[in-house]
Amino acid sequence: MRSAPEGLFSRWCTLLLAALRYELALRLRNHAALLYPMAFAVLVAILVGLALGPNPEKLALIAPATLMLALLLANFLSLEQLFVSDVEDGSLDAIAASGQEWVPLLYAKALAFWLTQGLALLLALPILMLLLQLPATIAPALCMVFMLLSLALSFLGLMASALTVRLRAGAMLLMLLVLPQAVPLLIFALGAIQAAGLGSGIASPLLYLASITLLLVVFAPLAAKGALSQDVGD
Amino acid sequence: MSLDADVVLQARALRCQRAGFSLFEPVDFTLRAGRLLWLEGDNGVGKTSLIRGLIGLGSLQFDSLVFQSRELPQAANSLRQSSRWLQHASGLKMKLSVRENWRFWAAVYRHAALDVESTADQFGLIGLEDQRIEQLSAGQKKRAQLAMMAFGSPLLWLLDEPFANLDKTGIALVEGMLAAQLARGGAALITSHGVLGEKSALAAHAQRLLLRPAKLEAPDA
Repeated sequence: MRSAPEGLFSRWCTLLLAALRYELALRLRNHAALLYPMAFAVLVAILVGLALGPNPEKLALIAPATLMLALLLANFLSLEQLFVSDVEDGSLDAIAASGQEWVPLLYAKALAFWLTQGLALLLALPILMLLLQLPATIAPALCMVFMLLSLALSFLGLMASALTVRLRAGAMLLMLLVLPQAVPLLIFALGAIQAAGLGSGIASPLLYLASITLLLVVFAPLAAKGALSQDVGD
Repeated sequence: MSLDADVVLQARALRCQRAGFSLFEPVDFTLRAGRLLWLEGDNGVGKTSLIRGLIGLGSLQFDSLVFQSRELPQAANSLRQSSRWLQHASGLKMKLSVRENWRFWAAVYRHAALDVESTADQFGLIGLEDQRIEQLSAGQKKRAQLAMMAFGSPLLWLLDEPFANLDKTGIALVEGMLAAQLARGGAALITSHGVLGEKSALAAHAQRLLLRPAKLEAPDA
């Protein structure tokens, strides 16, 4: 059907750009969905602080882990939204019915999610660091780690939402599917933060994190495509 | 079975099952270029399921189903790419404007020459291009959705209830769209509860297909 590979490449670029524009506009217009995860992450940090009581030593010990968990869970909160509205308004069916390429559309979806939700959570980072009394010196490392982590989670979430898209109680199943897969990400992210806190090199855990992220970026859209096209029969 | 070049879609013993029960009696039809196939039948008889099945969103059973002289399921993707489906759901994003929605779907449907203003003019949406879909009335949403049917000049239209929610001028608009689609050698399969007026210019190009409910005691699962 498709003739030259150049044709396919330019076709993918057109689709990717058009879809990125569409998805970004859609996400930016939904203010509540952007703000709730930020508020959620901040609340988790406050609750942990309250539960722990006035005990700076203990807080210093668990602050990096609390921060990462708060961000991780906040990121998941909005993942469920990835395909739900597309199912409700019929656009997922329309895309399936068009017989066009899924992959660029899925890339656009995950990237738009990362660019909006990831950045929104990044804005909450200073507040979280303040609440958890994390030293400002590790802020650059934290930013890098979190950007990688949220990129990985966006693609992981894309894959899992594609699998659970038409299930009732899909949101819960999505969490159960994705959280175990986030374990290696969490380990390397915390490794990098710990190294930053100790003043040692963060390159090695960061590279591990980056390589897992890269794997997800390459393969998750393909897996999501498989799940979605299976879903519509054929 | 003779297959002429102008046969767009030909079905032999087409059936559809839901939960192991057949929905309608097996049907045969031949849809040629420049012709309109009007699917009739009571609620729940499976008109929508038939259309969804054709584009691979549900399962259909058939002795043979041929799209442009190629058999399905091999031709399934070419059928999808050459047809445009009007579904009950709008497929439009409520938070985005008419223009933003059209732009995205124009890219999907390979419609490089999208002119938002003239399309809006044609579909009675002039001045509403930058309104969000959520601010439009049901009939205006339907028009915004109908406008995308011509994107990329598809060979086959599969229109599920194209006249729902439309006023008189809207109905005339759809009839005009259909006439243009048939005139340029396309074909259309539509379902509707309305009756096609005998006066309508379309009547001469239309053939009817009545779906009859299958007998309940004969589930062939």
